[in-house]
Amino acid sequence: MSLERFISKAISPWMKESGPDDDIVLSSRIRLARNLEEYTFPILTHQHDGEAVLNEVRSHVARHANDDLAKLELLLMKELEPIQKQVLVEKHLISPHLANDAPYGAVLLSEDESISIMINEEDHIRIQHLASGLRLKDVLERSNEIDDLLEETLDFAFDEKRGYLTSCPTNVGTGMRASVMMHLPALVLSQQLNRIIPAINQLGLVVRGIYGEGSEALGNLFQISNQMTLGKSEMDIVEDLYSVVTQLIERERHARETLLQKSKVQLEDRVYRSYGVLQNSRIIDSKEAANCLSDVRLGIDLSLIQGVSQTILNELMILTQPGFLQQYAGERLSPGERDIRRASIIREALKLNEQ
Amino acid sequence: MECQNCHIQPATLHFTKIVNGEKMEMHLCEQCAKNKGELMGQNNFSIHQLLTGLLNFDQPFKKHSQTNSFTTFTSQKCEKCGMTYEQFAKIGRFGCAKCYETFDAKLDPLLKRVHSGNHTHSGKIPKRGAADLHIRKKIALLKETMQDYIEREEFEKAAVIRDELRSLEKQYGNKKGE
Repeated sequence: MSLERFISKAISPWMKESGPDDDIVLSSRIRLARNLEEYTFPILTHQHDGEAVLNEVRSHVARHANDDLAKLELLLMKELEPIQKQVLVEKHLISPHLANDAPYGAVLLSEDESISIMINEEDHIRIQHLASGLRLKDVLERSNEIDDLLEETLDFAFDEKRGYLTSCPTNVGTGMRASVMMHLPALVLSQQLNRIIPAINQLGLVVRGIYGEGSEALGNLFQISNQMTLGKSEMDIVEDLYSVVTQLIERERHARETLLQKSKVQLEDRVYRSYGVLQNSRIIDSKEAANCLSDVRLGIDLSLIQGVSQTILNELMILTQPGFLQQYAGERLSPGERDIRRASIIREALKLNEQ
Repeated sequence: MECQNCHIQPATLHFTKIVNGEKMEMHLCEQCAKNKGELMGQNNFSIHQLLTGLLNFDQPFKKHSQTNSFTTFTSQKCEKCGMTYEQFAKIGRFGCAKCYETFDAKLDPLLKRVHSGNHTHSGKIPKRGAADLHIRKKIALLKETMQDYIEREEFEKAAVIRDELRSLEKQYGNKKGE
């Protein structure tokens, strides 16, 4: 397969759309956890129940012929190759837990990959909706619509006092996790983020790296999400997150302005060095690649670099993950082989981009 | 932010623990968090393990060992899935929806810790599954509004709401009778 075609298939269609503030906010995401009242939660589930849950969701979806649910494609975890699963994880469409530890796991995916419904993960059902840019309210609305469609015939575990009942008590209540992926290079460079993160934590929000819990903040990408799910309405949680994110955007923009004014040459030097590394390196590890991509993206956003598409960071961050590299190669690769392959994909992709 | 343990890697795990009003913050990189987990006798440092630390709320300073303060709860077992409070405290996850009812008496302090002092839901209510609850909430709201009007001596408006309430209560009564 040509690289061009591979890229176009690899990048989720929703990612190609532009969205509000997408110079800083890469994506907005809502996840709703739901369980079926009748069955034990997946941690205790045996084969019979696991399949029963799957069949119930399946037959429910099959009854919908004309709405959003009708267009979803079902993928069973047990039928996928490890690399295929890893690719879905790298695209944020399924969780590592579903890929590795969910024997009866499955996912329903929409064509543009903006909707994914995980089945038999930690909870029976996890609805996820993704969109580009800062669009939390739209995303919440859409997620609620999907939730309502599912609830038409599925009996969700719900309690008046505790709300939606989930396997882990950290999700009970709304069952909702709202998160925003942000590119904050100037706040990192000016060492302001160190001071901001504790303040964000005090507001009940968590800051994480690009691949969620425990992952490192590669390429100055940060995921900000709500910690608490109980006691506040979905809208209030989303509004709180939204207000913190808009403040971060403002600060990041301000920090970028300051950098441009006070140290333009140094910034240009850094951006062009990184561009040079990406265009010329023959071996590059994922950390260096992520850092250079972040610099180049900053250069594009500040019009220091022209003629490279803005989405290069989002696209290449995903394309240079181990799963994708191996899928493109069509074979398993050792970490050393991956670094060589990564460098060559980046070089080619940049060339394609310049044409 | 750098890891407060090794001061080399950036911190990716930010954990805040508040015990009796005293706040403790930890900022660790993945590697140090893993090592810390091993020191505490755990091989994986996940949210569930952090949570099980919180479940030990009677004696927050007691060290981790599997046969301490949970023994007082051993008698309790969920009818539906068979999970005991001990097991829940160990894995940090419930076995089924019924567990919430079974362990209800112990949940308020736990949920308060995890959800910044909250223990009661105030978000979305399922449209179909909890239709009754929607009506009950509406009735409660209308009663409040009616009371307001009565206090302000706007009896005509109060009467309109009273009629609305009657029809709603009738509807609710019918539903319950089904």
